[in-house]
Amino acid sequence: MIGWRSTWSIYTRELTRFLRTAFQSVLAPVLTTSLYFIVFGAAIGGRMPDLGGVDYGAFIIPGLLMLTLLGETTSNSSFGIYMPRFTGTIYELLSAPVGVAETLIGFVGAAMTKSLILAAIILVTARLFVDYSIAHPILAVIYIMLVAAAFSLFGFILGIWADNFEKLGIIPLLFLTPLTFLGGTFYSIDMLPAPWDTIALANPIVYLVSGLRWTFYGSSDVNIWISFGITFAFLAACVGVIAFIFRTGWRLRA
Amino acid sequence: MSEPILDIAGLSKVYPGGLKALDNVDLTIRKGEIFALLGPNGAGKTTLIGAVCGLVRPSSGTIRAFGHDMGREWRQARRRIGLVPQELATDMFEPVMRAVSYSRGLFGLAPDPARIEEILRSLSLGDKRDERIMALSGGMKRRVLIAKALAHEPDLLFLDEPTAGVDVELRKGMWRIVDEMRDRGTTIILTTHYIEEAELMADRVGVIAKGRLLMVDEKDAMMARLGRTEAHITLARPLGALPPSLAQYPVELEEGGASLCYRGGDGTGRGKAEVAEITKALIAAGIDYTGIDVRESSLEEIFVSLLGEEERAA
Repeated sequence: MIGWRSTWSIYTRELTRFLRTAFQSVLAPVLTTSLYFIVFGAAIGGRMPDLGGVDYGAFIIPGLLMLTLLGETTSNSSFGIYMPRFTGTIYELLSAPVGVAETLIGFVGAAMTKSLILAAIILVTARLFVDYSIAHPILAVIYIMLVAAAFSLFGFILGIWADNFEKLGIIPLLFLTPLTFLGGTFYSIDMLPAPWDTIALANPIVYLVSGLRWTFYGSSDVNIWISFGITFAFLAACVGVIAFIFRTGWRLRA
Repeated sequence: MSEPILDIAGLSKVYPGGLKALDNVDLTIRKGEIFALLGPNGAGKTTLIGAVCGLVRPSSGTIRAFGHDMGREWRQARRRIGLVPQELATDMFEPVMRAVSYSRGLFGLAPDPARIEEILRSLSLGDKRDERIMALSGGMKRRVLIAKALAHEPDLLFLDEPTAGVDVELRKGMWRIVDEMRDRGTTIILTTHYIEEAELMADRVGVIAKGRLLMVDEKDAMMARLGRTEAHITLARPLGALPPSLAQYPVELEEGGASLCYRGGDGTGRGKAEVAEITKALIAAGIDYTGIDVRESSLEEIFVSLLGEEERAA
């Protein structure tokens, strides 16, 4: 049975932690998104042809959204669990009557909430620069929530795996960001010459960006259901790893 | 007072590197008592607490708290257990009130600001409720940790080195707090380096070394069984031999007959009584003396002696 009061305590505390740095948390994505639109939307985008019938400025919105979503969700979630381990306050969580469900819903739910707020901010900021409309808004919200959930879980695993700040930052910095940039954020895979268009399909982020782009404009590089399938598979894999962590106490209990 | 609320049987913990932190520990804690766990650094005190509180995974053995098996029914048991860790581990950016309220919610209880206020006031933290923890002194931070542990009103409270690193004044304040918690019916298990602390507060004492629980007994019984009186009587004139009237006492001449040394008693006061009888016997025998130095062995000496015996046995 899930202890909802415990879950709510973890969730609200994590959100409070986010609100402590609300100014920075809101301003940073607004500024970054604006810069991307100024550079790629106005400066370069003006010379780019429409892609699949979508204006280039609008084309990059799902990619930019995914770029921020993956980075922020992963780092929020990983910090959320790493900091108690680093400062020693994890003792309270481990000695409380809370299990894997309360912990995950609390930490991951808070990380997801933060990400959804950021996604909304990015979309509003984008609207200031580009005129766009979303073809499948409900699917878009579901897809964003799904990706946020999957990468919150992934971040949670990172936060437990990391035993120093360098490790905490290495995966988002050296793997996630490059893969997102190479995953069709700013271009369509079709634009790549052979064999790079085929090699690019080995990048899992391609499917995420492509899936979100489909919910926005109804067309994408890969089939939407493949995108959903891969996102679900990744989410399930993360749940499996976390179940293992809690069952064995790996890096949590001595 | 005799109802067991914690029952540990055959508890062992071997860390992956091979270190045996706990070695077949059996321990029963009774409701309402203060139990002091004494031991040197690395003895296994914190590991034992960690095993009960869910921070350490035991290698073998069973732990039952309030009749619940901690392996299977840990939720029910943990709701009634509080822990104050040795380290000052808390979110330093949080205000005191919010940090303590969080602890209450984490243990599944509904918010109760009035109760939290009461806890804070009892720990002299009432006027610090809105201050960030980072702005508090070390002693105040430790009180916040106690408040957090008390927020869910536990029946069993673990205090891991509660007075480590605090000054004498604060240490005495902490003893008063522990006393008040006992008066409210909370069972307390504390680990400490300060024997004086155990001597003052504990009902029972356990001595642990190298993961093995060497002895568990009532503090007074332990003092009585292992306590000793030592007296040095400085004689006015050196003696060549002991007078026959002192033959029944454990005395011997030292410093070339200039001092009479008594080592005996049992911690119940019998030693002092015998020293008084010896002084009367000396006067009766016409032997004058110029000074008497009497001292009772402390729990610390008993502790050191037990550890010494353990070393020799090893």
